[in-house]
Amino acid sequence: MTVRLSVVSYRTPVHNDWCPGCGDFGILSSVQMALADLQIPPHQVAVFSGIGCSGKTPHYINAFGIHTLHGRVLPFALGAKLANPSLTVLAVGGDGDGLGIGAGHFVNTGRRNVDITYIVFDNGVYGLTKGQASPTLARGLKTKSLPKPNINDAINPIAIAVAAGYTFIARGYAYDTKHLKELIKMGIQHRGSAFINVLQPCPTYNDITTKEWYAGEDRVVEGKPLPRIYKLEDEGYDGEVKSADFDEMNAKKIQAITKSFEWGDRIPVGVFYRNNFIPSYEDRITENIKDYYSNPPAKQAIASADGRTIVSIDDILKEFLV
Amino acid sequence: MGSTKISWMIGGAQGTGVDSSANVFSRAAAIYGLNVFGKREYYSNIKGEHSYFSVVISDGPVRSTMDEVHLLATFDSETVVRHAWEVMGGGGIIYDSMAVNEKITSIPTLEKPVLERIQMRLSREGVGETVGDVLEVARRGGVRLYPIPYMELLKKVGELTGEQQLSALSRMTNTIAVGVSLSLLSIPMNHLETALSQVFRAKAKVVKSNVLAAEVASEYVKNHFASDFPYRVEPRAKTKKLFISGTSAVALGKIVAGCRFQTYYPITPASDESVYLEDHQVFDIYHEYPHLKEVEELNGHGSIVVVQTEDEIAAINMVSGAALAGARASTATSGPGFDLMAEGLGWAGMNEVPVVVTLYQRGGPSTGLPTRHEQGELLFSIFGGHGEFPRLVLASGDIEEAFYDVARAFNYAERYQTPVVHILDKALANSNMTVDVFDPSKIRIDRGKLITSWDTSLGTYKRFKFTEDGISYRTVFGTENGIFWNTGDEHDELGHITEEPSLRDRMMEKRMKKLEIADAEIPDSERVILHGDYDAPYLILSWGSTKGAIIDAIEYLASEGLRFAFAQVKLVNPFPTRFLQNLMTQYRKLIVVEQNFTGQFALLLRAKTGVQADHLIVKYNGRPFSFSEIRDGLKEAVIHGSPRIVKRSGG
Ligand SMILES: Cc1ncc(C[n+]2csc(CCOP(=O)(O)OP(=O)(O)O)c2C)c(N)n1
Ligand code: SF4
Ligand SMILES: [Mg+2]
Repeated sequence: MTVRLSVVSYRTPVHNDWCPGCGDFGILSSVQMALADLQIPPHQVAVFSGIGCSGKTPHYINAFGIHTLHGRVLPFALGAKLANPSLTVLAVGGDGDGLGIGAGHFVNTGRRNVDITYIVFDNGVYGLTKGQASPTLARGLKTKSLPKPNINDAINPIAIAVAAGYTFIARGYAYDTKHLKELIKMGIQHRGSAFINVLQPCPTYNDITTKEWYAGEDRVVEGKPLPRIYKLEDEGYDGEVKSADFDEMNAKKIQAITKSFEWGDRIPVGVFYRNNFIPSYEDRITENIKDYYSNPPAKQAIASADGRTIVSIDDILKEFLV
Repeated sequence: MGSTKISWMIGGAQGTGVDSSANVFSRAAAIYGLNVFGKREYYSNIKGEHSYFSVVISDGPVRSTMDEVHLLATFDSETVVRHAWEVMGGGGIIYDSMAVNEKITSIPTLEKPVLERIQMRLSREGVGETVGDVLEVARRGGVRLYPIPYMELLKKVGELTGEQQLSALSRMTNTIAVGVSLSLLSIPMNHLETALSQVFRAKAKVVKSNVLAAEVASEYVKNHFASDFPYRVEPRAKTKKLFISGTSAVALGKIVAGCRFQTYYPITPASDESVYLEDHQVFDIYHEYPHLKEVEELNGHGSIVVVQTEDEIAAINMVSGAALAGARASTATSGPGFDLMAEGLGWAGMNEVPVVVTLYQRGGPSTGLPTRHEQGELLFSIFGGHGEFPRLVLASGDIEEAFYDVARAFNYAERYQTPVVHILDKALANSNMTVDVFDPSKIRIDRGKLITSWDTSLGTYKRFKFTEDGISYRTVFGTENGIFWNTGDEHDELGHITEEPSLRDRMMEKRMKKLEIADAEIPDSERVILHGDYDAPYLILSWGSTKGAIIDAIEYLASEGLRFAFAQVKLVNPFPTRFLQNLMTQYRKLIVVEQNFTGQFALLLRAKTGVQADHLIVKYNGRPFSFSEIRDGLKEAVIHGSPRIVKRSGG
């Protein structure tokens, strides 16, 4: 019996305490829609999160939901995926979480290309601790609760993701759920580490990069706002690597990095870079453990029915026998 | 029946093969049928600094090193200068006859305080400052001198093997030192050949030329010092044994215990374990269990995924992720790494995740003495991390125990669904000893309330359901109808955030209850091991790798009429309070032995039982207790009554 799964299948009755109008709602429903579109049974999905407003996301999703530590979402997610590679593993978290305290994990995850999808809620602030500057807030900006303008420069998450080795890199917008949903689906279906940075307005603490600002309501042309956000695919941008050719890969990486610096009047969303020619970490493991996919760590029998170990170390012991 | 112990030492600059020559010597002795215990001392350095191996061989059990050296094998001046003082009267020093004129001030790696100490001793003896003068002082103390013309012997080896290159030949210098040692000790040369082929696996040419070198050495000894060395030991009955290091034993323990996911960030001395695991990633499965479908699916072999992470924070948290997916998972680290794991350990405690951390203590604080020994993390392993959560802390006393304890650690973790710290140390990690062949059939695997499916007629699955014993059924990722949530926040039975005070109370009590259950369930015999003379007037209390030196010392002291009982505490959390309270009343004096400054175990003992130990024997210079130090320390305690005794030996 196959029951068709709908968005409702991925909801929980847990009370959602995000501020009204928060961009997080859009990201949450995009994730749920993506899972429903792909018809992945909830028990085969594990959603991990860090700490922050964004960190509460798993509690609102009907799937294994693991709300971890500040900055540590990726190691948890990787551990689960490597122990059971048949799971669909999503990692979500704030920009402070992933690019500040968790920056080391963000970079090193790129080196491995484990098949997970990582979504960063980029609101420019530390929401849950009341609006301090996050690593993506530009220098000179003074959001509502900052006592002084920010004197740190912003980092560029897309460019870092390219340099770190992520093989699917995209940017979405929290209020364009249809588009974001498609990015998340592509991320899940991509075999390797997918990074999706989502522009997420925080109406409570970020009064600069607001929904209205993204929509260009401050610059009306002929009675109509001129939106800042545009879609890469609408302008013929193609971030996909077409062959395993080293030069082509590099050219596509440089293209993505160049594009990622476009900001201000025009802000691109969509797929910046996609490369299907880099083996996943799981594939790399199979070079040493041939049956890794069929007998991964979480699935291996370790004991007989009466609790005896089934391992034989007779052969290994030879090197120690005297 | 008394046993004979002979202590042998070899030293040299790091990177010149001291390790492998000690390994070859030890194996040759072990193959001969002797028991062997060897410890390695080295600087946090790759090439050039002094390192040495201290080995005890015996016809009886041997579990520790001793300060007195019977035979010192050297091939460089620094080893002579540093260690000649440790050789006992009647013992011997093997040295390079060409080096006697070297000035001790010309040894660049000798630290100033060491040099000054030696200069003072030499001037007190009224001699000069050469290597020869050091040897002269030793000779006056009754030490026999064995000058070896290494250069000449190497040339001979060159003639025999056809090897012309001096650099290739000089690599055999230490084999000559080993050959001379074995000859002086009358250990048959044929065992050396077997040992060499084990150590230099598959390098037949290397083995062959080294055998030749040893023969040349042996010939030289016969011609010059025949039956001159007074100490020797012969094996009793020969049984098959393992000669193995602590890190390898733990790695094997993990494979056997079903650990299938290991993470690590490189750190001394813990990473040897993970590197060994990665090297033995795929292993055999018994074919005797074909009736189990799951076992059949393995097709005769199992495997472990080993991940080198970006830091220890990732290491512990990846382990939690893997454990939630259903794998037995662990990480191995040392002090600085364990500090970084504190937050992750608390998360696992809060979410009742079975994780095992193998903690190899080393000299702290901070980077401390990265390659040296200490037991400075007892209290941190029990209390480290913010807030309160249950954890079990298990301390192994020696290499053999460590192998079997790994399975216990995993069983505790899964049974009580909480983190377990398996606390070990550098001394155990880097010693090698002969042990009885490991017997995996003694091991039982207990996965506790792990379930593979959930029957919805029982209602919604609740990961943190309140139960009598505080332990709830545990599903893993992928279990249909078994979905759960985890959070580091306080949570309800489903795993969703709550700040409701009464729920908080109940959840806190649920988690802590598990420690009470563990305390009630785990038998005393698994928690405390009694050694020595139960009816003695004095009780020694200790934990961890001090075990060997203590047992060796009390066996020795028994021959002098001094009797001790020894309680080796293995499960330090939950603490065996009642058992120790009862036990301690039966003794006149209590002596705590441990390797730290503050006496952490003594403190814990007092906190838990209200009993203050009468004597504390401690050491914190980074070198493990020798048998000799414990022997002397126990005498100081019971004869002179000193309350705090600090030991300071070791090079
Ligand atoms: C180790 C640690 N340090 C600090 C905090 C406090 N803290 C909670 S949330 C947060 C910042 C959250 O910002 P971000 O990751 O951007 O998430 P957002 O709330 O904006 O979604 C901080 C610093 C913590 N929980 N843990
Ligand atoms: S503080 Fe900002 S990010 Fe957090 S819930 Fe409110 S609006 Fe959303
Ligand atoms: Mg944020």
